[in-house]
Amino acid sequence: MVTQKNGAQIAIQTLKYISLLIAVFVILFPPYIIVVNSFKTKEEFLNNPTLSLPDNFLNFSNFIHAFKQADMGLAFGNTLIIIALTLILNIFLGSAFCYAVGRFDFRGKGLIVGLFLFATIIPQITTQVVNFKTIQGIGLTNNLLGPVLLYIGADIMQIYIYLQFIRNIPNELDESAMLEGASLFRIYRSIIFPLLAPATATIVILKTIAIYNDMFTPYLYLPRQEHVVVSTSLMRFFGVNSGDWQMVSSAIMIIMIPTAILYLFLQRYIFAGVTSGAVK
Amino acid sequence: MLSHLSFRKQKTIIMILFTVVPLLLLLTFAYYPAVELVRLSFTNWDGLSPDKQWIGWENYKEVFSNPEIFGVFKHNLAYFVVGIVQNLLAIYFAVLLNSKLRGKLFFRLLLFLPYILNGVAVAYLFGYVFDTTQGSLNTVLGVFGLPSETSWLGSESFVNYTLASIGLWRFMGFNMVVYLAALQSIPKDIYEAAAIDGASGWQSFVRITLPNIYQIIELNLFLTVTGALEVFDIPFVLTHGGPAGASETFVMKILETAFQFNNYGLASAMSVVLLVLVVAVLGVQRYFLNKGRG
Repeated sequence: MVTQKNGAQIAIQTLKYISLLIAVFVILFPPYIIVVNSFKTKEEFLNNPTLSLPDNFLNFSNFIHAFKQADMGLAFGNTLIIIALTLILNIFLGSAFCYAVGRFDFRGKGLIVGLFLFATIIPQITTQVVNFKTIQGIGLTNNLLGPVLLYIGADIMQIYIYLQFIRNIPNELDESAMLEGASLFRIYRSIIFPLLAPATATIVILKTIAIYNDMFTPYLYLPRQEHVVVSTSLMRFFGVNSGDWQMVSSAIMIIMIPTAILYLFLQRYIFAGVTSGAVK
Repeated sequence: MLSHLSFRKQKTIIMILFTVVPLLLLLTFAYYPAVELVRLSFTNWDGLSPDKQWIGWENYKEVFSNPEIFGVFKHNLAYFVVGIVQNLLAIYFAVLLNSKLRGKLFFRLLLFLPYILNGVAVAYLFGYVFDTTQGSLNTVLGVFGLPSETSWLGSESFVNYTLASIGLWRFMGFNMVVYLAALQSIPKDIYEAAAIDGASGWQSFVRITLPNIYQIIELNLFLTVTGALEVFDIPFVLTHGGPAGASETFVMKILETAFQFNNYGLASAMSVVLLVLVVAVLGVQRYFLNKGRG
């Protein structure tokens, strides 16, 4: 009886691992293909099987070619500018807003919070038809500030994360600071904002990844070569080199690696953000 | 800086100063477009000319009567079907990773990985996997002696399932992490008590786990349905809607109608239809799940 139960348990345990290993295989197989082929020369690629390892893992010529031809230096620069500006504005506007809404009661507060909540239902992609005209109207098409404005205006993830977090900062801190004569602005700056740091870290990482991975906004609002960002640089590179998979593979690698590294080192904040955003 | 003012006055200043900009942005980029869409949907505006002629319900008639437009939702159906499979897998793996297991953190790390990768890069990555002659999927199938000349992205009958499977690869880990967080918030002693009362693993799953992650299932279902309705980037990058329009999605149609054919009125009507569908899905889901919960 005991051995039978153990036998069944071992079988179940084994099945669990087998299913996980299948999942791991399915997930790693496509990137594996990209990695091995990005190091192959054109001849190697044509003569050797797709799944084979490259002759030389130090053959970086595809990467150098892709980086230059796709203008990735410029693309990474533009992407960084957009990310930096968006983050600075987002963090200050978002944390200040949540301080006002999370700490004080005033007329219309319920309505304001409700407006922010309800806005998540509106699919952002549907409003593009009008938003495009708005951005055009302010003269910000073909300007890195256009996407910045859309990223801070239409995405409200940071509001949720901050609002949730600020509730867990005890009110007594504010009260004792008030007794000592600190102004409310000072309280926000010296007490609340620093204590929001973990939430800020989560927002920084999630937003960085979201903007880095966005294709639609730059494609629509930044069509000129001088404003190329990572997503659009890869699209253009593919347009010129399609079929040259060893070349395309190296370009894909260059684009994928930054967020993958960010993920490996900062996974704690990413998981915290994803779950707090979703389970709210 | 403001400390000479009374707290009441400070409060008023902060309330106004700290909320006015986010509120203005929200109104400009979320609510104004929603209202403006409705207005434009009754006109034949071309996006340029100053006059917008009122044409009543014409655009809506066009949306529903032209199979080229509303019929495109057929293609979105594939994403819904695959999305359901994706959720089942996500629940399965979440339950696995919530049980006693070595290397849990490693598996979570790996299964979530695709979610953070650049969408354009993922699209081309699978462009390579699904390539007919040089693609790695056909190569692997060939190794096992299976048919290895399938044109995964070139077949009108299943191109949408091919594309939707990329979505599964990309987002299953995300769903799983969300389910996992919900599972971890269920107190362990409930399971222990059930085990003492002689409940089997399946019984505790149905009686304890499922009721406790009800809301999260609801959330993930909503994301799945709206995700299927709004799918855009992978087909746009990889197939441009081909072959012969077989993988065009509704959102691709909207953007094409507006930005290529300059028919902003019709594109607005299509956007309104999509908006109403999303809100309706949310409403219906709320209604049934609330009823189901009793």
